[in-house]
Amino acid sequence: MTEQAYTKPLPTIEGFAKEFYDWCKQRELRFQRCLDCAAWRHVPREMCAECGSWNSEWAKSSGHGKVFTWTVVARPMHPAFQADCPYAAVVIEMDEGVRLLSQVVDCPPNELRMDLPVEVVFDDVTAEITLPKFRRVRL
Amino acid sequence: MRDQACIVGIGETKYTRGAGSGLSLLGLQLQAAVRAVENAGLTNKQIDGLIPFPGLGTAEEFAANLGIENLRYAATVNMGGAAPVASLQSAAMAVTTGAATSVLIMGGWNAYSGSRTRQAVIADTSALPGRGIARDYYLPFGLTAPPQWYALMARRHMHEFGTKQEQLGAIAVAMRKHAQLNKNAVMCGRPLTIEDYLKSPVIADPYRLFDCCLETDGAAAVVVTTTERARELQHPPVYIMGAAAAQPYPADEITNRKDMFKTGLTVAAPRAFAMAGVQPSDVDFAEIYDCFTFEVLQQIEESGFCKRGEGGAFVEGGRIELGGALPVNTHGGLLSEAHVLGLNHIVEAVRQLRHEAGERQVTDAEIGVVTGWGDFGDGSIAILRN
Repeated sequence: MTEQAYTKPLPTIEGFAKEFYDWCKQRELRFQRCLDCAAWRHVPREMCAECGSWNSEWAKSSGHGKVFTWTVVARPMHPAFQADCPYAAVVIEMDEGVRLLSQVVDCPPNELRMDLPVEVVFDDVTAEITLPKFRRVRL
Repeated sequence: MRDQACIVGIGETKYTRGAGSGLSLLGLQLQAAVRAVENAGLTNKQIDGLIPFPGLGTAEEFAANLGIENLRYAATVNMGGAAPVASLQSAAMAVTTGAATSVLIMGGWNAYSGSRTRQAVIADTSALPGRGIARDYYLPFGLTAPPQWYALMARRHMHEFGTKQEQLGAIAVAMRKHAQLNKNAVMCGRPLTIEDYLKSPVIADPYRLFDCCLETDGAAAVVVTTTERARELQHPPVYIMGAAAAQPYPADEITNRKDMFKTGLTVAAPRAFAMAGVQPSDVDFAEIYDCFTFEVLQQIEESGFCKRGEGGAFVEGGRIELGGALPVNTHGGLLSEAHVLGLNHIVEAVRQLRHEAGERQVTDAEIGVVTGWGDFGDGSIAILRN
């Protein structure tokens, strides 16, 4: 089988982004959590905006969350996403309270609903990069 | 600072699509700048302050072309589309403190014939609001361009407050109606009905084609000076009664705001009204930064023209059209006149307050509001009077 080149934009693997995506590669969704006041945060930051602490850890997320909002992209603004249209870019609110922008891979855009329960899945898009995406929680 | 600074000159280029301006990025803005200075009754050399729009030209190159030998104040406000109105605030501060006497604010681009925004934000991710954040956490998941960022907010507003697609459409229709009275509007001669709107293709749901601003070539500029000096110039002064700018929190990341609808304007608007000593109900018209329809609705709410959640009902029934309770974007706005970064909104507000708006003149206009929106929700507002 011929391997298709992955043409979509990738995160830069340096600094905090490297730490975040390295955890994803190990199939763990982790967010920064303050070691002093225990506040979770995403995207990663140098400091805790709640208490000013410089101390944080990469704490493991439950991987569960719910749909907070989304947009269905019908006309691609980026050529690499042309074949995917229509697709939804979805904001997920995690049980820990932080939100992240991702996709719900098993849900057609017209079936998205506010507060839809979802859980993380990992998409190895290249040898180096694994993206955290989501699927519907089966009850 | 109230009433201590005035807008005394306005200038615009022709607004075009098709073949484009035929001018360089710098040349286009210089054309508008020269017209604004002429309109003020000043000479280029009398300008001693420059506030260029972020990323489209430096004060140094503007000064070198205009022959400004004694540039005493140069700044740029990094707020994207909120920059021009925030620049009014900066200019007013500069002239009231004596840092400069006459400040030129300009902006413009070849946004049709040159690089399109959707391409530019991909080619140079450092130009994105949030920079590395958008690159590392948005683009890989297909959130790549402005209509998609703000559609996330519009969708959530629809959920929380029951805002309807037809209400967004009412905004698009109102702007287009006003453009029919403006010969320099790109959409003059091309009316739009709510049926046309609802049939238009989806771009980034809930945004359809006609929810999105135009991409055009054009530039505009304004001159601000002290009230004392303004009274000696050729046009009646337009007074800056109040001005403020602010950012949402966090400003560089759009998904993690505790309150998604608390934007820069939420903070800035009450400050500007307090400074001006007037209420939203005293305002005769508003020129509101309309990159997309929902941003108009949201800024109407956050400016205090109605309560949060009531914007959908507010924009219906012709209330934001000429003759309505609050005419909005009497020139057609970014949606139907041209995308001149909101500089065209300031120019139109001045024209209305000089009673030079012809067929689209708001009767007896005395107080007008102009807002700016940019970079994931930075906000700016100025309250002007004649």
